[in-house]
Amino acid sequence: MQNICLDMDCTQLRAKVVSGELSSVALVTAVLDAIEVRDTQINAYITVFREQALARAAEIDARIARGASVGQLAGVPVAIKDNLCFTQGPTTCASQILAGFHAPYDATVVQRLLDQDAVILGKLNMDEFAMGSSTENSSMKKTTNPWDMNRVPGGSSGGSAAAVAAGLCSVALGSDTGGSIRQPASFCGVVGLKPTYGRVSRYGLVAYGSSLDQIGPLTRTVRDSALMLNVIAGHDPKDSTCVDAATAPLCDYTADLDAPVEGLRIGVVPELNVGADAQVQTALNTALEAYKAMGAELKALALPHADYAIAAYYVIATAEASSNLARYDGVHYGHRTKDPKDYVEVYSKSRAEGFGAEVKRRIMLGTYALSSGYYDAYYLKALKVRNLIRQDFTRAFQQCDCVMMPVSPTTAFKIGEKTADPLQMYLADIYTISANLAGIPALSVPCGFDSQTLPIGLQILGPAFSEARMLRIARMYERQAQWHKHTPNMS
Amino acid sequence: MTDLDYQVIVGLEIHVQLCTKTKLFCGCALEFAAEPNSRVCPVCLGMPGVLPVMNRLAYEYSVLAALALNCQIAEFTKWDRKSYYYPDLPKNFQTSQYDLPLSYDGFIEIPLETGQSKRIRIIRCHLEEDAGKNLHTSGSHSQVDLNRTGTPLLEIVTEPDMNTAAEVKALAAELQRIVRYVGVSEADMQKGHMRFEPNINLAITKDGKAYRTPITEVKNLNSFRAVERSVEYEIQRQLDEFLEHGTTLEMGNKTTRGWDDDRQMTVLQREKEEAHDYRYFPEPDLLPVKMNETWLADIRSRMCELPLQKQQRFVQTYELSDYDAGVLTADRATAEFFDEAVKAGGSAKRVCNLLTQIGLKMANDKGVSLVDLGVSCEAVANLANMVDRGDVNASASTTIFEHMVTTGKAPAGLAEELNLVQKSDSSELEAIVKKILSDNAQAVEEAKSGSKKAKKAQGFLLGQVMQQTQGQANPRVVSQILGDLLRS
Amino acid sequence: MSEKIDEVQVRKVAKLSRLDLTDTEIKEFTGQLEAILEYVDKMNQLDTEGVEPMAHCLPISNCLREDTVTDSLGADAILANAPQRDGDFFKVPRILDDNSGA
Repeated sequence: MQNICLDMDCTQLRAKVVSGELSSVALVTAVLDAIEVRDTQINAYITVFREQALARAAEIDARIARGASVGQLAGVPVAIKDNLCFTQGPTTCASQILAGFHAPYDATVVQRLLDQDAVILGKLNMDEFAMGSSTENSSMKKTTNPWDMNRVPGGSSGGSAAAVAAGLCSVALGSDTGGSIRQPASFCGVVGLKPTYGRVSRYGLVAYGSSLDQIGPLTRTVRDSALMLNVIAGHDPKDSTCVDAATAPLCDYTADLDAPVEGLRIGVVPELNVGADAQVQTALNTALEAYKAMGAELKALALPHADYAIAAYYVIATAEASSNLARYDGVHYGHRTKDPKDYVEVYSKSRAEGFGAEVKRRIMLGTYALSSGYYDAYYLKALKVRNLIRQDFTRAFQQCDCVMMPVSPTTAFKIGEKTADPLQMYLADIYTISANLAGIPALSVPCGFDSQTLPIGLQILGPAFSEARMLRIARMYERQAQWHKHTPNMS
Repeated sequence: MTDLDYQVIVGLEIHVQLCTKTKLFCGCALEFAAEPNSRVCPVCLGMPGVLPVMNRLAYEYSVLAALALNCQIAEFTKWDRKSYYYPDLPKNFQTSQYDLPLSYDGFIEIPLETGQSKRIRIIRCHLEEDAGKNLHTSGSHSQVDLNRTGTPLLEIVTEPDMNTAAEVKALAAELQRIVRYVGVSEADMQKGHMRFEPNINLAITKDGKAYRTPITEVKNLNSFRAVERSVEYEIQRQLDEFLEHGTTLEMGNKTTRGWDDDRQMTVLQREKEEAHDYRYFPEPDLLPVKMNETWLADIRSRMCELPLQKQQRFVQTYELSDYDAGVLTADRATAEFFDEAVKAGGSAKRVCNLLTQIGLKMANDKGVSLVDLGVSCEAVANLANMVDRGDVNASASTTIFEHMVTTGKAPAGLAEELNLVQKSDSSELEAIVKKILSDNAQAVEEAKSGSKKAKKAQGFLLGQVMQQTQGQANPRVVSQILGDLLRS
Repeated sequence: MSEKIDEVQVRKVAKLSRLDLTDTEIKEFTGQLEAILEYVDKMNQLDTEGVEPMAHCLPISNCLREDTVTDSLGADAILANAPQRDGDFFKVPRILDDNSGA
């Protein structure tokens, strides 16, 4: 048994646990042991709940032995990004300002994992408050890419992507505000799904950009992604922005997964694709050819406002963030500065000490964009651009079932390579940001490697609430290309 | 002599606490004077990852109040975040409404002492959350209690249409009566359910030239009296400052002053030098609310006749004095009790007297409301009729009312039981009068004489009859008989 | 529009953000924010006359809950993460001004 989570996907592991062929305790022990050995290099985990995970695995084994019914993730080891609240341990968002913070409530998605008898192994590293594209903005540790230890895993859900790619959990949850699930999934060669805004409850997800944030799975296979969506999707009375079944009916996303989509029309945006590295473009084109060979029709189309997405995003996301992060003030919880001279210093010094540079930068940018005299020029303008971007997609989806494009212009870059220039880092989000602005679902599925054996992702974007069809489209390709069978060579 | 004239200009910003069971965005109970931080959950503490969900009743109460204030109800309304840092505000933003309030363009009629009313325009009413409380101890630190955090508040902003302190007080009292009538707030000033913040300045004409004094906003007003006094104080203070220093609107920004109730004066509040920049933007965690016809009709159906309308109807229909009508309409239950008693057949004036002179007094003594005295409106109507018919006299009605409260018995039975029924039967009384006349020949003589003594003698004879009947004779009937017999 | 952000403004924004930044940070952020804002200014190439600002991408409204009491957490749980407490209160250095905005 080299690495059980790389040998089998979540669906297969669950089957073995439920049949009694493999105990959850054995499975969880194996993965915890792998974490102990491998995570010293990968650094995907901020917290590991070893004792609690084993206790829970034993409890699930006992229930299976009794013949009791168990959930869709019975006994399977999962891990969650450290911006999801879980009563079991601290929730830090990889920030010093929340070091030691214990949420007295579980995020709705965490509750749903537990309801389906998942075993939560631990909390995964991320860019501080999900702000970043490389996980280098974590104040806790530097996560590396399992395909090349000198490279970043992507971000902000870098810990989630690295852990899944390295087999340090079966499946993981991440969050995606501007590409934070899809880009690390692409960098680490796993499947990453950002559902439609409103499909999954955000309750207990520490907010970054509230109108953009969405929780989603990072998995090794499309089937696991569908299974995870089954578990986490659905109405939650605690989240006003989470839609009910009347607005968008739920379905079993695994049900027709292997049925190819007939008469598939794929939108491509040539203008946009030329911005990517040559090897990324080649991989994309090869994937598109494969779809064509499966009977799909390619339609060239334009997303005329896509070029403005980064500008609009960095105004809207930071404006919301400046407000969402105002609560970290050293008064009610979290880090407080020593010996403040007055209560105003409790704020200004605690925040200056507790936040890292990127978080401060974004708070500053967002505060500026909302401040008196600049609101109309920045924030209001960005909301209008956002509407234009959404309209682009509405028009596009009248002509096609999905749009395909790269996830990132490059494959995983070297640690430290891009940290000096924040704007250059932002510009690399060009392909992922539009889906968040438009609120539509998008996923990344592996589509090959570059000459350095670094994974490349194919991005599929679909109309709101079309996840079932998007997953089928992704599965068509996965089944044919079999990229998911490739695993990083970690010695 | 300088020629000086001035007009007072006052607008009000009012916060009314809605009497929902729970907070605006979470299920924490609203409870006055609960143990510190005992009514707090992750949502109102603003913990990481929590989300607000709007209380339907709070929104409906706001609409109901806005309707009572003759406002337009927005078909589309949304919430915005207002950012500022303060320890009683755990998220460091307040969820409020900025550019699309749930209602706008209304007015409130306030009763003036002249018996007329005056219309004060309302700019907008919107729904927002309250902050917690910072408590300042004597030591080097302050304490923060978040029980109040997230309490639903209706903010009402008026046009600066008030021109005297009395008008400001009248508006405050009328608003209290209205929100209590429609049942959206307990409106207890002492408990902070209603907070009035007057914006005051003066338009001065001096030697033919027009000036305006800087606007002052006054806070910390915990009673109607404080509202009135603070406005009076500010008028004088601003006038003095203008006359001494010539300070005008152009010379300074709006300032905030706090009312010091002990010293009966306003005091400049300490504020940081930086100007407020609230950075309002749409609250992404809440959805907009769209109002439709059906829903609005449903809310409208909970509307009642408003206090001033009721008061005016009582004056016009029942010919009550404005004062009595005001007393009866001070609270809705009393007014409705009165209406019901009249409907049950009591004459308006007699019922009014019974309620204002006896019922309300007793209720007040017992510290309960009139309707909680345990007396039915039918019983009051019956008692009113007994007095009107002369079955009992006015002083007996007090005794009977008191016994109705303590025993719950019907007035007629009590009158019998307590021996308070007046003899009004003419034939029975005529026999008694005749006997008295024959027993008191001299007095009869004097009474018939037309002399100075006549009136006194007649009074004596009446007294004899009352004595004979142990006070139960109806004096009006006795006088009538006595007069008739003396003239014959 | 294309007026450049300067150190004075950056200091103002830092104050508004309650971030006690060092002079080095102020300098660094001034340059970085200037570059970012210059990039963001490209939005002005777009004519957005008559375009509705889109704050929500969901076509839904009216999410309201019933006025039903749910359990509060209790002072101890509420104060469990507090950096400092004074009995059942959160404790902060003495507040001298009155800067509440409500």
